[in-house]
Amino acid sequence: MSDRPNIPFLERQSYRRRRLIDTVRMVPVVGAVLWAVPLLWPTPEDGAGSVASSDAIIYIFLVWFALVLLGAWFAFLMKRSDAQEEGGGR
Amino acid sequence: MGALNILVGVCLIYVAFLFAVAFGAERAALNGKGGWLRSPLIYTLSLSIYCTAWTFYGAVGYAARSGLEYLTIYIGPSLVVIGWWWLLRKLVRIGRSQRITSIADLISSRYGKSNMLAVGVTILAVVGTTPYIALQLQSVTVSFGVFSDAYGAELTEINHGNNALLVACGLALFTIVFGTRNLDANERHHGVVMAIAVEAIVKLFALLAVGAFVVWGVAGGVSDIFERIDASKIGQWDMRGDRWATLIFLSAAAFLCLPRMFQVMVVENEDEDHLRTASWAFPLYLMVMSLFVVPIAVVGLDMMPPGANPDFFVLTVPLATGNDGLAMLSFLGGFSSATSMVIVAALALSTMVSNHIVMPIWLSAQSGGATVSGDVRHVVLLSRRISIAAVVFLGYLYFRLSGGGAALASIGLISFAGVAQFLPVLIGGIFWRGATRTGAFVGLSVGFLIWAYTLLLPSFGTGTLIGTAVLTEGPFGLGWLRPQAFFGITGMDPLVHAIFWSMLLNTLSFFIASLVGFPSPLERLQGAQFVNVFEHSRTPQSWSGSLAQSEDLMVMAQRIIGAREAQRLFEREARRQGLSGLVPEPSPDFLAVLERELAGSVGAATAHAMIGQIVGGASVSVEDLMAVADETAQMMEYSSRLEAKSEEQARTARQLRQANEKLTQISEQKDAFLSQVSHELRTPMTSIRAFSEILRDSDRLSAKEKVRYSSIIHDEAIRLTRLLDDLLDLSVLENGQVSLNEQTGVLGDVLDHALSSALTGNQTVELRVMRDLLSEKVTLTTDLDRLSQVFINLIGNAQKYCDAPTPKLHISVQYGQGQLVIDFIDNGSGISKADQAVIFEKFARTGEQKVSGAGLGLAICREIMTRLGGSVDYLPGQGGAAFRVILPQSAALAAQ
Repeated sequence: MSDRPNIPFLERQSYRRRRLIDTVRMVPVVGAVLWAVPLLWPTPEDGAGSVASSDAIIYIFLVWFALVLLGAWFAFLMKRSDAQEEGGGR
Repeated sequence: MGALNILVGVCLIYVAFLFAVAFGAERAALNGKGGWLRSPLIYTLSLSIYCTAWTFYGAVGYAARSGLEYLTIYIGPSLVVIGWWWLLRKLVRIGRSQRITSIADLISSRYGKSNMLAVGVTILAVVGTTPYIALQLQSVTVSFGVFSDAYGAELTEINHGNNALLVACGLALFTIVFGTRNLDANERHHGVVMAIAVEAIVKLFALLAVGAFVVWGVAGGVSDIFERIDASKIGQWDMRGDRWATLIFLSAAAFLCLPRMFQVMVVENEDEDHLRTASWAFPLYLMVMSLFVVPIAVVGLDMMPPGANPDFFVLTVPLATGNDGLAMLSFLGGFSSATSMVIVAALALSTMVSNHIVMPIWLSAQSGGATVSGDVRHVVLLSRRISIAAVVFLGYLYFRLSGGGAALASIGLISFAGVAQFLPVLIGGIFWRGATRTGAFVGLSVGFLIWAYTLLLPSFGTGTLIGTAVLTEGPFGLGWLRPQAFFGITGMDPLVHAIFWSMLLNTLSFFIASLVGFPSPLERLQGAQFVNVFEHSRTPQSWSGSLAQSEDLMVMAQRIIGAREAQRLFEREARRQGLSGLVPEPSPDFLAVLERELAGSVGAATAHAMIGQIVGGASVSVEDLMAVADETAQMMEYSSRLEAKSEEQARTARQLRQANEKLTQISEQKDAFLSQVSHELRTPMTSIRAFSEILRDSDRLSAKEKVRYSSIIHDEAIRLTRLLDDLLDLSVLENGQVSLNEQTGVLGDVLDHALSSALTGNQTVELRVMRDLLSEKVTLTTDLDRLSQVFINLIGNAQKYCDAPTPKLHISVQYGQGQLVIDFIDNGSGISKADQAVIFEKFARTGEQKVSGAGLGLAICREIMTRLGGSVDYLPGQGGAAFRVILPQSAALAAQ
């Protein structure tokens, strides 16, 4: 890697980093949308068959867990890209 | 009774353990061994003070009453933390670069270091937090009561109150000991943070233990518990959409604005990178915390008698099944939740109260201001300690007065809604440079008034602080102002109603007032600093001082941050400036650093004021800088105006020089002419005199000679007369005394006449004239005699001066653009550029004199043409001498 020309490599790296940040920004938006889905569920007042609490719990906690996993994964990627930037950047 | 004693004993041991943990952490940090204290894990765990006793006990009760609604309280913060890149990162960076000590400090610092705003925010934060502290005290005493009930011990009301008082005193003591140990410049409390991290683990572990016991001990595993959930009264999704969305928003807002959350999240933050770990670890913590809430609630509903308080299922379920150890662990979990919240809340609030209310009052009460010798640190610490005690006592008072009746969750939500009013000002402050102090004032006031009116007052119960009539009819019978149905919109959930209107009107008034007003220079600078914190993380520099003041600054700094720290700081700064001693120059850089250090102890507004007091007269306020900038702009404008003026003067000088040159030339011409005219007059006069003398004196003249001599005299006299006529003619023309004799004729005829007049006489070389007769058929109405005179002159000149072997004169006539243009162009060598400028002057004659003439002809021509309303000019670039005569349209009205 060291014998490669430095600059194009860095540009590519910082480009990747920007896109990574974009992704990190989108995670809460995705979470908000997924957690807004229960707004669409029928309630007993609507008459039609409503959603069982156990299903609701499973859905909400699955979303939660997925967000945590995504967050952890992106946090790891961010950390790595930070380290690379510090290592090769200056 | 024995078990109760054990409980008390365990509690005491636990408290002692917490003291030890905090003490150990402080010691480790002091010895520089506290690396592990600053780990992302500790940071994440410290964030868990979001989960108070309200979570630990209240969530189960909440779930038992309203199903899955309790999840909103944890979903909101999860989203905020997962979206750390949007907001938290910026908040933390601002907090670190500006040495922010509290949310009041942040808001006041952003809006021009306004202490008024800080006081307002502090008061509102105290109002919003006091019920919450009361809630924690209540939870501890009630849970204790649950235990004592289970063991049949009789606890009277007084005992209840005593318990609460005891707990309050213990918490205040802990907070004072570990929260105000030192006046650290960066306001971090390792002991407190470590203790609450430990408590975070305890409460998580306790809740998980109870949950696991309920799922696998009481119920028959996961599938069984799901069946039980679906069969219970909360077995169906029954959630109003508006509440779901509003509560998620509310909890997210409160997470950002709660003073205690701000304390752990921003003030106690050691490293921005910790946020990255917290971004997923904290949502995980919240998820695990809320995982077993519904199972516990459902099992509790199954097991307990119908009247049992669901808020304490976490305790009563283990107790009812005889698991005393588990119940005790659960009690410790609840105790941890309550105590950690009270400790951090008291710490955060006391910082605000002390920095923004007590210290400014104390400073202004001191006659000598900040320069009085003596340690101010003890004053700051004392005011902190008293503030802590006061805040906790206020919570206790609220608990005693309210009687602890209302359901836990509702107090929590009301408190959330109160502090959420900071959100527009906070977000606006760090993302919008146009946000102003006035806007912040107006927005906060509107938000809090609406919150108090629509939510806080009705929460005390109808008929206590707000009358039944007001609730149903509106104040003074104004129906559209009913606290729970603004503008007559009924049917909204009261909480949703209050949050909707307070946030909407808060944001709107904040926005509009910001748009209308004009911020002060300091506000604008701070605004730029906050909004663009990632571009430049420096404070605005606004000080300048003299060396004499460095000692005063030293005195003051010692009093606030301690003698050793102050000396170290001064020495470091002096070294940085390249000085050997202890006292650095009070350069703007140093003053900015000092102000930031002091801000860490007493808040930005106070630090700014204190430095201002000392540097005093020499302080360069931002207003001054702006004034200087204005002056500079004025000077620049003035100098550019001067420049323009000097340019103008240079132009005038140039014109004057030209005029002078011309005048000199004219004067030379005049002198030349005078000698010429005297010569012209003298020559004929001499010959007249000589020949008349001959005629008089000699008698032997033949008749032929007499005739010859007298005809010479005659000719010379005619020449004299003509010269005098010309001079007279010119002076008449110049004086404007000429009367024009208008006639109508054809241009061609005038030219014919002029040619025949000019070309008579015995010329050696004949001038060939070329004309275009057709174009000359223009009828003119002007003084034809004068015009003819001009033509004669021009043709005569051509004849006289054209030096070509076969001289030719081209006469062309054009009619256009309202002008009649007649060009006289010969094929000679023309007139030199220098001469072109003067040929129309009187007495001017070009080059060497070949031909006699007084040089008046062209001057007369020009005068005539001016009288006729036209002009005559030299026309350069035609291959020979060329003159252009222009007659105005009026003269050629009858053309063609």
